[in-house]
Amino acid sequence: MLTRRIIPCLDVRDGLVVKGVQFQGLRTVGDPVELAQRYAADGADELCLLDVSASIEGRPPLLELVSRVAEKLFIPFTVGGGLRSVQQAREALRSGADKVALNSAALARPQLLRELASEFGTQCIVLSIDTKKMTNGYLVTTHSAGRTVAREALDWAQEAVSLGAGEILLNVIDSDGVRSGFSHGITDRIARNVTVPVIASGGAGSARHFADLFYSTAASAALAASIFHDGSWTPDRLKSMLADRGIEVRP
Amino acid sequence: MIGIVDYGAGNLLSVANALRRLDLPFTTCEQAGSLESCSRIILPGVGHFGAAARQLQKTGMAAELVRLADGGRPIIGICLGMQLLFESSDEDISVPGLALMRGGSRRLDGETVPHMGWNTLRWADGSDPSYVYFAHSYEVRSDDAALIAATAPYEGRPMVAAVQRGAITGMQFHPEKSGNYGLELLRRFATC
Repeated sequence: MLTRRIIPCLDVRDGLVVKGVQFQGLRTVGDPVELAQRYAADGADELCLLDVSASIEGRPPLLELVSRVAEKLFIPFTVGGGLRSVQQAREALRSGADKVALNSAALARPQLLRELASEFGTQCIVLSIDTKKMTNGYLVTTHSAGRTVAREALDWAQEAVSLGAGEILLNVIDSDGVRSGFSHGITDRIARNVTVPVIASGGAGSARHFADLFYSTAASAALAASIFHDGSWTPDRLKSMLADRGIEVRP
Repeated sequence: MIGIVDYGAGNLLSVANALRRLDLPFTTCEQAGSLESCSRIILPGVGHFGAAARQLQKTGMAAELVRLADGGRPIIGICLGMQLLFESSDEDISVPGLALMRGGSRRLDGETVPHMGWNTLRWADGSDPSYVYFAHSYEVRSDDAALIAATAPYEGRPMVAAVQRGAITGMQFHPEKSGNYGLELLRRFATC
């Protein structure tokens, strides 16, 4: 049976893994190559690397770093941050990424998703959506939550899937880094209303939060950073706890 | 020497990285003539059936692969590479596959497409099931049941996950991305 996936995320700035609370107050966690290998050895189902400063600085992710991480990683590897063109996506894939995550570039020009899908196939196109709860619903935000777009997250997710996104990475900003649990309502609503897998992100603070997410939503996967970076849980221990609670995971 | 077929779009680097980890020598092949000297051939797979099949035809590697397969050269197709071993795909009906196996690919009909993630691999020979990584939107259908080496459960029904005919093998999942078990499958192919 298809299992729920646990995906550690490496937010990289200036070549180092960092972790911030709601995108602010970044602190250094460690070397991305070492962390990637450790998480893979500890049972991660996939790994995600987001170059958090690339989008702001208007450049593609660091390819040399992508290659060094990919070289010794034998689980799926998603790379994102600042990707704006088919050519940049090709370079990331040819540096060893298995999937590319697009965010603000796809919002600015949705047709980019169609171009990427027809070149590389939908299965390696991840649309990353940052969303924040406003008075009129969950709206899309960009540039590390610095700007809000007058658009509902579900509406954008559905359009992106129709254009060629093969997976949605849904990061709910309200809960990001504050570790009070995933946002079930919006995650489940999007997961049930798109035809592609949805990866939940933002808010994981305890193992219980992952169990709650998979009990309460149709999310295919959960992405998290702090819970692994601070050493409180390894992916393996987390998954065996989930398995004990009847959630299908890869042993 | 293992030859990895490079048809432009595929992320052959993952396969190359896996072979490096296994200490298996390899070369990448972009043109007809370059496959002849390879004792085993890997047709990797990420991308679009039409684009890949056209590139194989254009470079002459399609004809060379068919000739070498007929001569018993071990070939493994991974993901899209497995689908290319068959006659056709609904992803692009205007260009044929290598037709080394009977059947073709059609779009998955489930609620969630792509079929993405770790799923149970059930071997037809009854050997222990294991988890492997899938990421695809099309599946192989064949009326030649003898081809089917393994299946995986997709939304309540078995889906073709691996095929074999003589020295030709296809894996719908990604052994190069399926951790230690996947590496072991690649090692077996390369050293059998």
